[in-house]
Amino acid sequence: MGFLDILQSIIGPAIFFSAPLILTAIGGVFSERSGVVNIGLEGLMVMGAFVGIVFNLTFIDTFGSWTPWVSIFVAMIISAIFSIIHAIASVTFRADQVVSGVAINFLALGLGLFLTKQWYGKGQTDMVSRPFYTTDVPLLSDIPIIGPLFFSGMYLTSYVAIAFAFVGWYVLYKTPFGLRLRSVGEHPMAADTNGINVSRMRYVAVMISGAMAGLGGSVFALTIALNFSHSTIVGQGFMSLAAVIFGKWHPLGAMGAALFFGFAQSLSIISSGVPLLQDVPQVFLLIAPYVLTILALAGVIGRAEAPKAIGTPYIKGSR
Amino acid sequence: MFSNRLVNILIPTISVFLGLLVGAFIMLGFGYNPLTGYLSLWEGAFGDSYFFGETLRQVTPYILSGLAVAFAFRTGLFNIGVEGQVIMGWLASVWVGLAIDAPMIIHLPLVIIAAALAGAAWGFLPGLLKAKLGVHEVIVTIMMNYIALYTSNALVRNIISDGQDRTDRIPETASLTSEWLAALTQYSRLHYGLLIALFAAAIMWFILNQTTRGYELRSVGFNQDASRYAGMNVGRNIILSMVISGAFAGLAGAMEGIGTFGYQSVKGGFTNIGFDGIAVALLGGNAAIGVVLAALLFGTLKVGALNMPTGAGVPTELVDIVIAMIIFFVASSYMIRWFLLKMKKEGK
Repeated sequence: MGFLDILQSIIGPAIFFSAPLILTAIGGVFSERSGVVNIGLEGLMVMGAFVGIVFNLTFIDTFGSWTPWVSIFVAMIISAIFSIIHAIASVTFRADQVVSGVAINFLALGLGLFLTKQWYGKGQTDMVSRPFYTTDVPLLSDIPIIGPLFFSGMYLTSYVAIAFAFVGWYVLYKTPFGLRLRSVGEHPMAADTNGINVSRMRYVAVMISGAMAGLGGSVFALTIALNFSHSTIVGQGFMSLAAVIFGKWHPLGAMGAALFFGFAQSLSIISSGVPLLQDVPQVFLLIAPYVLTILALAGVIGRAEAPKAIGTPYIKGSR
Repeated sequence: MFSNRLVNILIPTISVFLGLLVGAFIMLGFGYNPLTGYLSLWEGAFGDSYFFGETLRQVTPYILSGLAVAFAFRTGLFNIGVEGQVIMGWLASVWVGLAIDAPMIIHLPLVIIAAALAGAAWGFLPGLLKAKLGVHEVIVTIMMNYIALYTSNALVRNIISDGQDRTDRIPETASLTSEWLAALTQYSRLHYGLLIALFAAAIMWFILNQTTRGYELRSVGFNQDASRYAGMNVGRNIILSMVISGAFAGLAGAMEGIGTFGYQSVKGGFTNIGFDGIAVALLGGNAAIGVVLAALLFGTLKVGALNMPTGAGVPTELVDIVIAMIIFFVASSYMIRWFLLKMKKEGK
């Protein structure tokens, strides 16, 4: 295999695997930046995957070739609504945010499987007949070297994910809304004094994370899994959470981390065909993202500084 | 009208009730009879001695994983890594069980200690990182879960077995299975591990409430700065707490490894024993006796649920929803407290 072929066989899958992680991680950045820990990303992705698949199966005749796009949009809305539960618990009821996130994970999987059995009479749904397909981007895919590497045989959803990362960065760092959201996560009392509604900001942030995780989960379901069962989403949400932290709570950093994780994942899958890598036991590539996250946290790869007020409910009037 | 102690008992009770209520409404909404549903759950857990034996078997690892989460909680640490520590304990118990040949009196304790040590080692690293570098234990332990899962799978496939998906069965000398208990319960998989779990609960109570070290651990959980000011070594207590918590989790893994199954297999996903332990600890108020009771409840729900599809046509996953709602209500106890307080005022 030539070098270019190897590169092509790595980069394609890497971007393809990381797209759902990028989307979910950006949502995670919003939630955590507002001061709400979101361990529930996993459950929100489960919800997104479930809704995406079920909607796709049900409305294929109505929407035809647009079905996958409508499906991920609907999954986004439903997951955003579902995430309100986490917001109510952690903002209004002042619950431990990690615990509430754990409850979200249990609830989403339980609900998804319960409804799957209810509606399909078995543990998994049928395979969708109209998932996303890979395409060559017109014109761009004709560019030598870059074309075959980045623009042919790709899912359009991958570009959507990358675009969202830049949108997320712009919103968080270049708009008044983003500034307010970050201030609520750093020093809620100061924000409150300046007339920012802390609770509302946090509700919005959690719902954004729900929407993005729903998008991520449904994109995963409609590009990779193609049906819904108990093993559709196994750890992608936690991986996204790792990307949030590895990316230092920054949308573009999270995207970079997610791309790296996707890269490690695609390496572990195609490693048998690549010289040098085929001697590395697969397990090292499998655990690489997790080990690297721990190293990043331990400050080996630059110190990661969490938002100051993360994990603490804001109680008006307390010091 | 409501003492503090009473509130501490009322909150989990109300939460369980509300959780079951939500489950009942869901059953109602999908055209099932909630009464038949819960009756078949009860049948499935206590219907005859076989079901009862299976329920107790399920309760056994839940007690230990619940203790693991609770112990760390008492020192102000959230050990989500119990899942990974369970897997490592499971692996270690089976591995040592297979590797060593000895009479039971040596073999069995050795296997159990190995499991506890493996879990403890898996808890040590997050503890160390927390104590020395201030790294949040939640994220590290989540990562450690995945590392445990993939490492265990690779070891089972490549080292312990010869490319197989599961190891051989452990020899009788390393096994907790009991002819007597099995015969008593129509050959359920109930094993002696239950005694170990109850003993561990007593140990946890003793360590936390009767020793100086336990006092320090709880003190660190309440207020790190005050503890440091009082001359306690906060870092060492954090590490110790994670190590003991990990040891409990490792024992929970051993219950499955040398009790229920007798082997370790390549796993497609998590065992959920550790994650369910979070629910157990929360509901049990992070106290030893509470954990035992909560484990009993969740074991009942989990095993009883298996009878729900045949008994009432309700999918077993209903119970997962109920458990999620119970966690949610316990976590949101602020609301329940507020409500109780209001009732108290009006009652006067």
